[in-house]
Amino acid sequence: MASIHARKFVSADPDKCVGCCVCEYACSYEKEKAFNPVKSRIRAVRLDSVINMAVTCRLCENAPCVNACPRDALTQSEETGIIMVDEDKCNGCGWCIEACDYGAIMLHPDKKVVFVCDLCDGNPKCVEWCPEEALDFVTADVLAQKARITAIKKLFQEALTQKSE
Amino acid sequence: MYGYAGRILRVNLSNGKTQVTPLSEEYAKKYIGGIGLGMRLLIENSKPGTEPFSPENPLILTTGPFSGTMAPTGGNGHAFVSKSPLTNGVGEAKSHGFFGAELKRAGYDAVIMENASKKPVYLWIDDDSIQLMDAKHLWGKSPQETEETIREELGDYYIRVAAIGVAGEKLSRVACIMNDRTRAAGRTGMGAVMGSKNLKAIAVRGTKDVKVAKPEEFLEFVKMMHERMKGPATTKYRTLGTPLNVLVHNSLGALPTRNFTNAVFEGAEHVSGEYLNERFIVKINGCSSCAMRCEHIAVVPEGPYKGTTTRVEYEPLWAFGPHCGVDRLDAVIKAMELCNYYGLDSLSTGNIVGFAMDCFEHGILTEKDTDGLDLSFGNAEAIVELVHKIGKREGLGDILAEGVKRAAEKIGKGAEKYANHIKGLEMTGYDIRGLKTAAIGYAVSFRGADHNRHGAYGLDLKGTVDRFKVEKGRAKLVIDIENLYTVIDSLIICKFSRGTYYKGFEDLARYYTLVTGLEMTAEELERTGARINVLGRLFNVREGFTRKDDHLPAKVMSTPIPDDTVSKGSYITQKELDFMLDDYYSTRGWTREGVPTIESLKEVGLEDLAYIVKDKIREQ
Repeated sequence: MASIHARKFVSADPDKCVGCCVCEYACSYEKEKAFNPVKSRIRAVRLDSVINMAVTCRLCENAPCVNACPRDALTQSEETGIIMVDEDKCNGCGWCIEACDYGAIMLHPDKKVVFVCDLCDGNPKCVEWCPEEALDFVTADVLAQKARITAIKKLFQEALTQKSE
Repeated sequence: MYGYAGRILRVNLSNGKTQVTPLSEEYAKKYIGGIGLGMRLLIENSKPGTEPFSPENPLILTTGPFSGTMAPTGGNGHAFVSKSPLTNGVGEAKSHGFFGAELKRAGYDAVIMENASKKPVYLWIDDDSIQLMDAKHLWGKSPQETEETIREELGDYYIRVAAIGVAGEKLSRVACIMNDRTRAAGRTGMGAVMGSKNLKAIAVRGTKDVKVAKPEEFLEFVKMMHERMKGPATTKYRTLGTPLNVLVHNSLGALPTRNFTNAVFEGAEHVSGEYLNERFIVKINGCSSCAMRCEHIAVVPEGPYKGTTTRVEYEPLWAFGPHCGVDRLDAVIKAMELCNYYGLDSLSTGNIVGFAMDCFEHGILTEKDTDGLDLSFGNAEAIVELVHKIGKREGLGDILAEGVKRAAEKIGKGAEKYANHIKGLEMTGYDIRGLKTAAIGYAVSFRGADHNRHGAYGLDLKGTVDRFKVEKGRAKLVIDIENLYTVIDSLIICKFSRGTYYKGFEDLARYYTLVTGLEMTAEELERTGARINVLGRLFNVREGFTRKDDHLPAKVMSTPIPDDTVSKGSYITQKELDFMLDDYYSTRGWTREGVPTIESLKEVGLEDLAYIVKDKIREQ
């Protein structure tokens, strides 16, 4: 089994995300050949005018959605970590939806089975299209590295500005 | 049909009956969508002389062919069209955000709302299911509270809502229709028309696919637009935003100050885009499908209005700031937030507050009229208090809520001299005393005082023309932009993106064809822009408008710019205005009274509406 350290997922930077939902359109077109946010595997959320963030599958280790499925319709790829839906087994009962902390797995409006991000074979269209470069296709480790670098930069910039004042 | 939903919904608000009719390909091509389609439907669905608040005045909501697609800025627009209670001519206002895309996914290019409900209702459009819902519990709520409550009770947080506030309920003629918390279909009093129908809100959930005719080429085009939107054409909107105008206009002596008393504001620095972004802006948001994002969200960090959060644009900032002589952004931001809260057009409302201050300065209004409020120019707290009064229609606010023209008539004592409007619509933040190309566009605009019907201020401010000169040929320059702007408002793309269509009509025509599959050339689209302009004019002619309605604001023609600046001494005389109008009418092929001739109607393919002008031409 590929280590969780090697798994890349789509992550949104709330500082950069402007809530434009371009990712939703890119996703629904890629997967369903139509522009329709309710068929997108990534959904943007805006709260109180100032908080924006796009949310999609985090490829959890020991994924709760998989564990919750009473029909064994969900399996997780050992290689990439993506959740695969067996559409013949899924009956849309929604246990997985309840189990997911992020609302990343959803009921398909037409097919009545669940659907979830599959990373577009390793080339997520949402990341490619995001005009703000707010989406990243990264491993958790790299994400942590980036966060550290940003934090330290901020810290030192503040220190430097204070010095110059 | 691609792009289009191909369907028009008709809702009778008095009994809840609905009807869906197809949108013909002919109408799609001829009127595009947005204000073009809306104005055509208005002409067909109303009788001449209809009182704007009567049930016979329909409120028309439209989307554009791009709404619901991935087209940046084009994917999210909607427009309201009706007879305006401010101008008694055609009223139209666009808004962006997320509402328009949702309506398209529900499957409608237009919604015609007819008659009036006896009791407060909201319209719930859930794909094919259309219901009038009780809105008693929403009456008195702000548009933002209404949006939240409706989402709660219908149990879906992705439902999009367009709603009126207390101002619309109380038939304030400057009431707007708000959507997505901070976005407004602001101008010409569309919120009051909605209020007159007892219609509190329109809630939409759309789950249908939106498909374009040539998806691969369309996506390539979109990608190109994304790149262009990262470039110089949109820098202004992505960085300081429209408030960048403050210092630019100020340096050019074109920043109307203290209700057009001055054209330079000594406090400009403190209400500038630079000052605003440094101290107040916390986030820049994007509308649905936009690759540019412009929505500057300000939060007041300290002082009496601490915590106030709202979207900021130049026009309302100008209206409550320089135009009222106020240099305190915290109060300006508070006034803007209150406009959103009451559902007032913040631009018109700021104009009215400045007018009241001018009357106060000249002794026409006294503290007896204002309930003790000191309306001296520059009184920051007073603008906030007066917005409350206008929103609730309390005291003087009741008169002011009628709009600046009617308020001046009611106040009397020569107040008309200080009421800056055109056709009854309040003036906007360009000092056209020294922008004489723009002045033509303002005078002839079918919806009244408006920079967004022609954009000719650009020619003046950039120095493309001598802005202090009146000369033949200027009208043609204005007309060229007018024709583009009606197309922009009918496709409903965002005007902030106008610079990214490098080839103008050619780019737009190609875009249109990729989305809809309908053949369109640059020439045909330009002619369509002309057609839609004439359509607006025809509605007004039908309602009895004549040359005298193509006027300029009182102070633009009476008060030369007094400041020691490049525009010093400039204003517009009646002779100059007459010259401008003659130039404009003859270039459009209209009569001296500004009535389109039958010949000119044929040129733009509107001969079926010749009945409107027949008698008017004979009269002359």
